[in-house]
Amino acid sequence: MLEIKNLHARVDGQQILQGIDISIKAGEVHAIMGPNGSGKSTLAFVLAGREGYEITQGEVLFEGRNLAEMKPEERAREGIFLAFQYPVEIPGVSGMNFLKSALNVTRKYRGLSELDAIEFLKLAREKLKLLGMDEKLIQRAVNVGFSGGEKKRSEVFQMAVLEPKLAVLDETDSGLDIDALKIVANGINTLRNPDRAMLIITHYQRLLNYVIPDKVHVLAEGRIVRSGGKELALELEDKGYAMLDSADANAAA
Amino acid sequence: MAATAETVKTVKSVTDEYKHGFVTDIEVERAPRGLNEDVIRFISEKKNEPAWMLEWRLKAYRTWVERFLPASDPTWARVTYPQIDYQNAYYYAAPKTKERPKSLDEIDPALLRTYEKLGIPLKEQEMLAGVAVDAIFDSISVATTYKEKLAEMGIIFCSFSEAVQEHPELVREYLGTVVPYADNFFATLNSAAFSDGSFVYIPPGVRCPMELSTYFRINAENTGQFERTLIIADKGSYVSYLEGCTAPMRDENQLHAAVVELITLDDAEIKYSTIQNWYPGDENGKGGIYNFVTKRGACRGKYSKISWTQVETGAAITWKYPSCILQGDNSVGEFSSVAITNNYQQADTGTKMIHIGKNTRSTIISKGIAAGHGQNTYRGLVRVLPKATNARNYTQCDSLLLGDKCGAHTVPYIEVRNRTAKVEHEATTSKISDDQLFYCKQRGLSAEDAVTMIVNGFCKQVLQELPMEFAVEAQKLVGISLEGSVG
Ligand SMILES: Nc1ncnc2c1ncn2[C@@H]1O[C@H](COP(=O)(O)OP(=O)(O)OP(=O)(O)O)[C@@H](O)[C@H]1O
Ligand SMILES: [Mg+2]
Repeated sequence: MLEIKNLHARVDGQQILQGIDISIKAGEVHAIMGPNGSGKSTLAFVLAGREGYEITQGEVLFEGRNLAEMKPEERAREGIFLAFQYPVEIPGVSGMNFLKSALNVTRKYRGLSELDAIEFLKLAREKLKLLGMDEKLIQRAVNVGFSGGEKKRSEVFQMAVLEPKLAVLDETDSGLDIDALKIVANGINTLRNPDRAMLIITHYQRLLNYVIPDKVHVLAEGRIVRSGGKELALELEDKGYAMLDSADANAAA
Repeated sequence: MAATAETVKTVKSVTDEYKHGFVTDIEVERAPRGLNEDVIRFISEKKNEPAWMLEWRLKAYRTWVERFLPASDPTWARVTYPQIDYQNAYYYAAPKTKERPKSLDEIDPALLRTYEKLGIPLKEQEMLAGVAVDAIFDSISVATTYKEKLAEMGIIFCSFSEAVQEHPELVREYLGTVVPYADNFFATLNSAAFSDGSFVYIPPGVRCPMELSTYFRINAENTGQFERTLIIADKGSYVSYLEGCTAPMRDENQLHAAVVELITLDDAEIKYSTIQNWYPGDENGKGGIYNFVTKRGACRGKYSKISWTQVETGAAITWKYPSCILQGDNSVGEFSSVAITNNYQQADTGTKMIHIGKNTRSTIISKGIAAGHGQNTYRGLVRVLPKATNARNYTQCDSLLLGDKCGAHTVPYIEVRNRTAKVEHEATTSKISDDQLFYCKQRGLSAEDAVTMIVNGFCKQVLQELPMEFAVEAQKLVGISLEGSVG
């Protein structure tokens, strides 16, 4: 589904990604770990097509299509979803209205009928329940005054409603208390299916106890320095990123 | 509710892109070009006005010529335009009919079609449920719907000309008492040359059961539109009134200089909403309406209330300050405004809240949005006079900039002469952030949809003041007027 090949990318003239190769098949869940500033969010933004994030070498194929040729909204409509590390506030725009518009442009793009307010509410309630969220939260303006945890949960809720093909979750587990973590993990697991791929960016093994990844990649200074199975996350937790210094030699390409 | 759906249809005309740019081909009768006492006599005669009305016009005209014209147009507003040649315009243009049609069946079919095209059916069988409409075409009112039904409750809703004929005592009692004929350049010009407008009187204790609305249409070329609206809410009454405006697309600028006077007596309330969508000119700033309007309300009675809500998206230049004179003790004034300037549009708009009575309260919410090369100024005065004990004002002015070639300016004047008064002013200026835009796009929204949504969020506080059915359409209008503002 997603082929990242020798990806080099620049942000504001600064070379951040220095050659990344990851291949994710439908149904797989990959985790990316790595120290602060290693380029995880940058990779997420490059995948989502944020302006100013320039691919300088290599390419990314999504279902065989070159992502570089697609505008960010087109990527979204094709089924790429990014749960933001820092979701932004949009004053005066209710979550309900926002998400309904988002869902309907996507449905329209895919040749499906648009949902009216009642149908949408029904769908939204179903997904809210899945994430143990109060309906009041989506009646409020998007992310305005949300607690850190509420913002993260709301991102997963949006993902559940939009049902993307590829979900990139950027530190969705940060700032969640242990109960919220379980709920979010459960939400993610429910969305796991053979047609959907996920790329989970995280600092902690915690989440991966609940959402078992097929593969774990370790990113450092814009490169994948190790790739492995779920046990790699445990090893990292145990030894810290210091282990990478010695591991550089057998870095996976 | 069926009424709601119908109402929505009405205002739809004001929304979907600028498709009101067409011209109705209809024979018009005009006064000779230019303005002089003869032209004023011509207008007055056409309307078969009583002598007092003509006298009033002439007094205004002489004041305009002697006091205002030598000093030329007001220059304090932050708008620029070439000097208007007031002698080169027509001051009266009316669709040619033998007499004023007595019933809708006698109206020229071309006119009916025009209003239909604008989404305002005037024919009885298609009339809008729940909204009574006065349709003003260039200089005259062509139809007023639901008149009889309202009359049963004692409500008078008719064209201004008709009011002068049928209810001269009311017109004489109130005309010019809020906006005197010598008030300012454009109001004085209007007082001399006004051709028609709407008149409303709500008797004591009556709550008007439907929205009253006036639909202004400029059609004729080189013609100014000078209409006057006078609304009187007698003791304990209530009315909600809405005006909508459109005009054809032309390369020349056209002048619209209206006057609106509102009066509330004890415990009465007037809610006045405007959706102004005059032709704004093209993307290079050619053409468009000069919207130079004086709107003022007097809360004469205690516990009375006047609220102005305006959504100003059209016009090449907007110059208007719907104001409240809070005379009655405990009276309340409100001003909620959205003004959008895109391309080369200019707006200098705001309000004046004059606190005279005790415990008077006013609230000002202004949302200015500038895009393209648009210039958007909020100009507002809060004045608390010595006797206005415990007067309260809260002002919030927010500006939103799209792009870096436009400008937003806030010019508040605060004059407080009573120590118990409390006046608060808050102002913000912001831009749509790249983060917000990207977030929306990542959810599949196009840049334009994202901007529309964010701007509507920004305006929400004001839009929700509109009668509900119109709020939805106003939201669409916000999006349309920003078209082309994002790359
Ligand atoms: N606009 C920018 N201009 C210059 N440098 C940038 C810009 N944006 C990001 N960077 C740099 O790119 C590097 C990678 O940032 P990124 O946000 O991708 O890290 P991260 O792995 O997500 O870190 P964290 O774990 O803290 O979220 C950092 O050194 C950051 O300072
Ligand atoms: Mg990050």
